[in-house]
Amino acid sequence: MAQITLDNLAHSYLPNPKGEDDYALKQLDHVWGDGEAYALLGASGCGKSTLLNIISGLLVPSRGRILFGDRDVTREDTVARNIAQVFQFPVVYDTMTVGDNLAFPLRNRGMDAGYIAARVQKIAAMIGMEEVLKRKARGLTADAKQKISLGRGMVREDVNAILFDEPLTVIDPHMKWELRTQLKALHNEFGHTMIYVTHDQTEALTFADKVVVMHDGRVVQLGTPEELFDTPEHTFVGYFIGSPGMNLIEAEVSGNIAHCAAHQVALGGNYKALSGRVQIGIRPEFVTLASGEEGLPVTIKRIEDVGRHQILRAEFEGKPVNAILPEGMAIPADANRLKFQPERICVYVDDWRVAPLHSVSTPEEEAV
Amino acid sequence: MDKIQNNKAWFLVLPVLVLVAFSAVIPLMTVVNYSVQDTFGNNVFFWEGLGWFQEVLTSKQVHSAFGRQLMFSGLILAIQIPLGILIALSMPKKGFWASVCLVLMALPLLIPWNVVGTIWQILGRADIGLLGYTLDALNINFNYSRNPVHAWIIVVTMDVWHWTSLVALLAYAGLQSIPQAYYQAAKIDQASRWKVFRYIELPKMQGVLLIAILLRFIDSFMIYTEPFVVTGGGPGTATSFLSIDLVKMALGQFDLGPAAAFSIMYFLVILLVSWVFYTVMTNLDKAEGR
Repeated sequence: MAQITLDNLAHSYLPNPKGEDDYALKQLDHVWGDGEAYALLGASGCGKSTLLNIISGLLVPSRGRILFGDRDVTREDTVARNIAQVFQFPVVYDTMTVGDNLAFPLRNRGMDAGYIAARVQKIAAMIGMEEVLKRKARGLTADAKQKISLGRGMVREDVNAILFDEPLTVIDPHMKWELRTQLKALHNEFGHTMIYVTHDQTEALTFADKVVVMHDGRVVQLGTPEELFDTPEHTFVGYFIGSPGMNLIEAEVSGNIAHCAAHQVALGGNYKALSGRVQIGIRPEFVTLASGEEGLPVTIKRIEDVGRHQILRAEFEGKPVNAILPEGMAIPADANRLKFQPERICVYVDDWRVAPLHSVSTPEEEAV
Repeated sequence: MDKIQNNKAWFLVLPVLVLVAFSAVIPLMTVVNYSVQDTFGNNVFFWEGLGWFQEVLTSKQVHSAFGRQLMFSGLILAIQIPLGILIALSMPKKGFWASVCLVLMALPLLIPWNVVGTIWQILGRADIGLLGYTLDALNINFNYSRNPVHAWIIVVTMDVWHWTSLVALLAYAGLQSIPQAYYQAAKIDQASRWKVFRYIELPKMQGVLLIAILLRFIDSFMIYTEPFVVTGGGPGTATSFLSIDLVKMALGQFDLGPAAAFSIMYFLVILLVSWVFYTVMTNLDKAEGR
């Protein structure tokens, strides 16, 4: 087990990358703490799998170094790195039994037979396949096969890290919960560094201590689920995380006031003069519906009742704005304004968050 | 909807019946007819019953030809299948050289049988053939028309040269269909090269390899032209395989009765082997689908 350092890392699948756009992974400098559980979150094609394959040694990066602890492993192969990885689609060795499949990585490392048998039993109990250990893996269902793949990933105790590349895609929803919980339990028990790639935010937020959000070959934010929710560093994090995502409205900001079209919105802090494309972002959770003269005038399009709350879909100046309203709240007929909690508003310049110079007032006073 | 009974519809299958009758049934029945009759010429036939079958079944000559045939098929399978797999494994997976390899591999398959026979017949000759001459120059007395072992060497080598490509191409197609994730997982599991072959490549090639074995078995079991051109079945009867014996019997000695009985049993052997393969393959598919 070791801390994983990505030093000045970048990767392109082209032999001679020219501009930024040729890189599948742009410059990365990150340290992955030893024994932590990370979720790597991002849309398809953002470079998540590329990063994972570089860490496991299946790919050699075009530029930069990877360190396990203090050891430079950039040129070392997968065997030397001793890493476990579980892929999106199940890989099982058809001609072996389920038990032999689970024992395979241990046998390849020449472990003692007694230890292997005990370890296989333990993993089989974890993935719920004790009954079928003697059965051939050929002909099992896709989710049974994926459970075997997961089991093979976890069977070695001495690995430096376990990487999961969207491992639960083919698994039944109820089994997903169970397996994710077990992965978490395993993490608590053995303290392996785990990196879990997914494009499902629920999966990411429930699995990991830290979530790494990637967008277009870049890590746009690394933080706890709370940080991602409260202060998204990039507009992508804002709308990718949350359901619905953060509302983004074009604005001009001066001091602690944002001017959106002809209307003014109070902000939670003072900002210096900003140049570039300025947007304010507010999560639908912090938007309230009002009537009268205050707030942004909107056209209400529809209400979606999703059970625990209602989602209000509205438009401001032709752009969608959403609000989350309490369950069962009646919508007044004259409601046509939306109010934002000022201290919850983030300001973005060219998609990146700008911190206020200082807070105008404490959130408790303003939050009405 | 009422179902209309109209037996005239049977006429619609008539063209197929006629076609199959002329292409398969009638010629085959002629052979069956010969196999149970005897003649002394003048187109006069006598009922012979199963006599010819008994004669062929107890014939030493047929027995030894059958033995040689089995040995030949066994030998070329034992060489061509592993060699074909080995070639497929070492061929480039993609790019320009992959195409070049495919074309080169396909070349021997495009050459007609008697041309292949002629090529090797000349190649092995000590006076004008490159191979024979070279061996002679190295003081190896290579003579396939006198030495039975040499005759076998040249016939087997020729078949390997002609047909290993087929096995290699089939195995290559099987290899190409293995998803990259399997190799990646094997790397992660720290599997050795041998284990990758044993547990990933070989099981995934199983289907195409069975087809390759079936095709090569049937083809080699029926081989005629190439040994006929190179050795003519000799020296003595050293390379007289079943079909060479059969042709000698039917056209050389004009023993129509025994030859017909012989060909029917020959046909049944091949049918039996094909059936065994078919059963094995469909059972494998079922196991896969379960």
